[in-house]
Amino acid sequence: MSAYNFAYLDEQTKRMIRRALLKGMAIPGYQVPFASREMPMPYGWGTGGVQVSAAVMVPEDCFKVIDQGADDTTNAVSIRRFFQATAGVAVTEKTAEASVIQTRHRIPERDLRQGQILVYQVPIPEPLRFLEPSEVETRKMHALEEYGLMHVKLYEDIARHGDISTSYAYPVKVEGRYVMDPSPIPKFDNPKLGMAAIQLFGAGREQRIYALPPHTDVVSLDFEDYPFQAGKADHDCDLCGAGSSYLDEVITDDAGGRMFVCSDTDFCRERREAGHVGALGVEAVA
Amino acid sequence: MYVAVKGGERAIDNAHDWLAEERRGPQDVAELDVAQIRTQLGLAVNRVMAEGSLFDPDLAALAIKQSRGDLIEAIFLIRAYRTTLPRFGYSTPVDTGAMACDRRISATFKDVPGGQVLGPTFDYTHRLLDFALEAEGLQRSEAIAPEAHPVMPRVSQFLNQEGLIQDEPRPEVDAVPGDLTRAPLELPATRALRLQALARGDEGFVLSMAYSTQRGYAKNHPFVGELRIGTVAVEMEIPELGFAVEIGDVVLSECETVNQFTGSKTEPPQFTRGYGLVFGQTERKAISMALVDRALRWKELGEDDKGAPAQDEEFVLYHADNIQATGFLEHIKLPHYVDFQSELELVRKLRREADARVRPTEAAQ
Amino acid sequence: MKDTERAAIAQRPLLRVEGVSRRYGARIGCAEVSFDLWPGEVMGIVGESGSGKTTLLNCLAGQLAPDAGRVMFDTRDRGMVDTLDMSEAERRMLGRTDWAFVHQHAQDGLRMNVSAGGNVGERLMAVGARHYGNIREQAIDWLDRVEIAEDRVDDRPSAFSGGMRQRLQIARNLVTGPRLVFMDEPTGGLDVSVQARLLDLLRGLVREMGLSAIIVTHDLAVVRLLADRLMVMKSGHVVETGLTDQVLDDPQHAYTQLLVSSVLQV
Repeated sequence: MSAYNFAYLDEQTKRMIRRALLKGMAIPGYQVPFASREMPMPYGWGTGGVQVSAAVMVPEDCFKVIDQGADDTTNAVSIRRFFQATAGVAVTEKTAEASVIQTRHRIPERDLRQGQILVYQVPIPEPLRFLEPSEVETRKMHALEEYGLMHVKLYEDIARHGDISTSYAYPVKVEGRYVMDPSPIPKFDNPKLGMAAIQLFGAGREQRIYALPPHTDVVSLDFEDYPFQAGKADHDCDLCGAGSSYLDEVITDDAGGRMFVCSDTDFCRERREAGHVGALGVEAVA
Repeated sequence: MYVAVKGGERAIDNAHDWLAEERRGPQDVAELDVAQIRTQLGLAVNRVMAEGSLFDPDLAALAIKQSRGDLIEAIFLIRAYRTTLPRFGYSTPVDTGAMACDRRISATFKDVPGGQVLGPTFDYTHRLLDFALEAEGLQRSEAIAPEAHPVMPRVSQFLNQEGLIQDEPRPEVDAVPGDLTRAPLELPATRALRLQALARGDEGFVLSMAYSTQRGYAKNHPFVGELRIGTVAVEMEIPELGFAVEIGDVVLSECETVNQFTGSKTEPPQFTRGYGLVFGQTERKAISMALVDRALRWKELGEDDKGAPAQDEEFVLYHADNIQATGFLEHIKLPHYVDFQSELELVRKLRREADARVRPTEAAQ
Repeated sequence: MKDTERAAIAQRPLLRVEGVSRRYGARIGCAEVSFDLWPGEVMGIVGESGSGKTTLLNCLAGQLAPDAGRVMFDTRDRGMVDTLDMSEAERRMLGRTDWAFVHQHAQDGLRMNVSAGGNVGERLMAVGARHYGNIREQAIDWLDRVEIAEDRVDDRPSAFSGGMRQRLQIARNLVTGPRLVFMDEPTGGLDVSVQARLLDLLRGLVREMGLSAIIVTHDLAVVRLLADRLMVMKSGHVVETGLTDQVLDDPQHAYTQLLVSSVLQV
């Protein structure tokens, strides 16, 4: 792959993306248009995240990729290999060791620290998109802070279901100004959005970048009498016994048998290595 | 005992190997070479060049071979390659008036200076399968391509002499048109950007949009004023030289439509134009593009917004690109189980709550 | 209350319209329209279709840009401001706080896929209401005021009759207590019996809330009931203005005479 520049993108393009990132950091939650490049993987498969990772990556970085919280899902593997080939950076599955983590749909369980960068892959950056299909109109709504419609949606949820029925990509308000889509993470992860690490969001097909600097004030939208609640399956992990991690439900047989396991594979491994055991016992630790 | 699905890496490698095997097919059939594709599947090559936004028949042919004939996949390969190429600069506008035409027709005049030239067209073929093509080693027919290309003045010029057709609005002399592949698309877009998006837009999408205008959604009855296909020289200004030099040739399809127009606040009645220009022999696309271009010009011409899809700049420009479309469409194959889990929990919770609301009433009864 | 008494109470008009003109090519939409609207006053604009009254209304409400003229509104913070010079942000803010617009077709003024409660609540939430219970309570209260039963609060307008939709649209517009309401043929397209009920309701609300309103209609019965003053339009020009009773009982302009007599014959 020596025909390509470090981390694939040419330096001009990286500079253009970095300018967008800086602007995004300066105006948290604001969607910065950027000239997304055509990447050698399909739009919708993480091209935004890959471009952001490429723009921030340096040779000393240690890179981790997760999809659904797991390091071994096929698209995570594919993206990790892409950077191994084009940037030759060290890779890891350990959250604590990584300096840049690209993710799709999850925030790692372990608290991220200052100095780490979390890069999100974003399919639809516009939180108002499914209420208003026109981009011209939604940009205007952001500019004028016209967010009444967003609450109409939440109102309708409660009127119909007795509860806010958005369970992922749950909209947040950033620093009291911009309403932002945190990408399709489960709402369980929303409370972590004010973390100490830098969070960068890349939407390649939609040509948008946005960002949350460390310790940004991020509030999940709700009503005073229907406050936001982060939810998860009411179980412990059957492998490591963790009671506070986000769980995947795995169907184990065709008779309705199921088990719950940590969606964050690194978190679960670490706990099991430290001797924690879940309900399905020691034998699960293969 | 439960073991989580592992081995993503091996699965990917195996899939790639299998794909390579399928691409080659049975060994007892001769392998296609790139030159064969380039020369014998020329229209496929043209489409890949047009929507890949890169004029390079060899690379396009290679992409078609690599993609097993999936043209959108081939376009994708070309786009991903194109984006890594350095930009040395921009050519001067090509002079399609000086095109060496292989084909040139006008539907608005019976005859025009330079003549009607059918060229290599399917137009009047009878669509009957030619089983003779199944046999190999057919005799070549005599070469009939003309050697010299006569000068062919533009048909719209004749209308223009009478002031019957609106002049193409000329951008500022020094105005450099934006580049869709280097700057994010922001709306409202200039006509130059709209034309860029249409030129690389999916042929099927642009065709359907154009077709919808013919069927009455933003109807604006067009005639093909002129369709010409041929070779033009590409020139580039070389700063060190201070003048433009020819750096190569490209084959282009150009279509100008003549549309009815009844006049506006400031303009007397006159004809207006739609414009299409596409790499290669790709006339279906060029004509479609001209129709959609004309439909999108409603604002500038003071026409009514009829609410038709082809008039909606945002709708057309955001959905014309098949690489964006196919990527996003197919991404739903990727795992979404974290979000699905979240939905599962919510539905269970809502059902518990609904249940709790119903039960007490039942008990009371 | 007579105009002169009102003028004595209010220091200045709520809306001052100066020389508003709008052309469609060679055709005149409306030409050189000027008038003052005082707080608490209801102005009726009548004329047959094509007379320019809807064009004028759209120019006043900021939905159509006039070719010439000024539309001054007495804003809360800056006094009289030409709304045509306002930034879009200011104009939109006005549109969801001090101004309201009742469309002829209720579906143009409602979100048809949002419940009745959500429709009424939207303006409240747009200006910052964040308590579901309170929003719902106010929505139900307003549904009651426009005679829509509480148990319809979660139904969508698509399940409502034409008259109910129009009443819902009115509730949605009035819930935030706007200072100026624009109405475009609010009773158009409804059955006669439904019209009567709606008019009755509107009259009650206008009196009770002391609304200032501009009502465009071709129906003289509507202005007879609701409007303090009338403007009669023909071919884009205002041909007669005056107190409603005066104009209707003693029309001066030949066109107004024709309008009035054609109604009386029915």
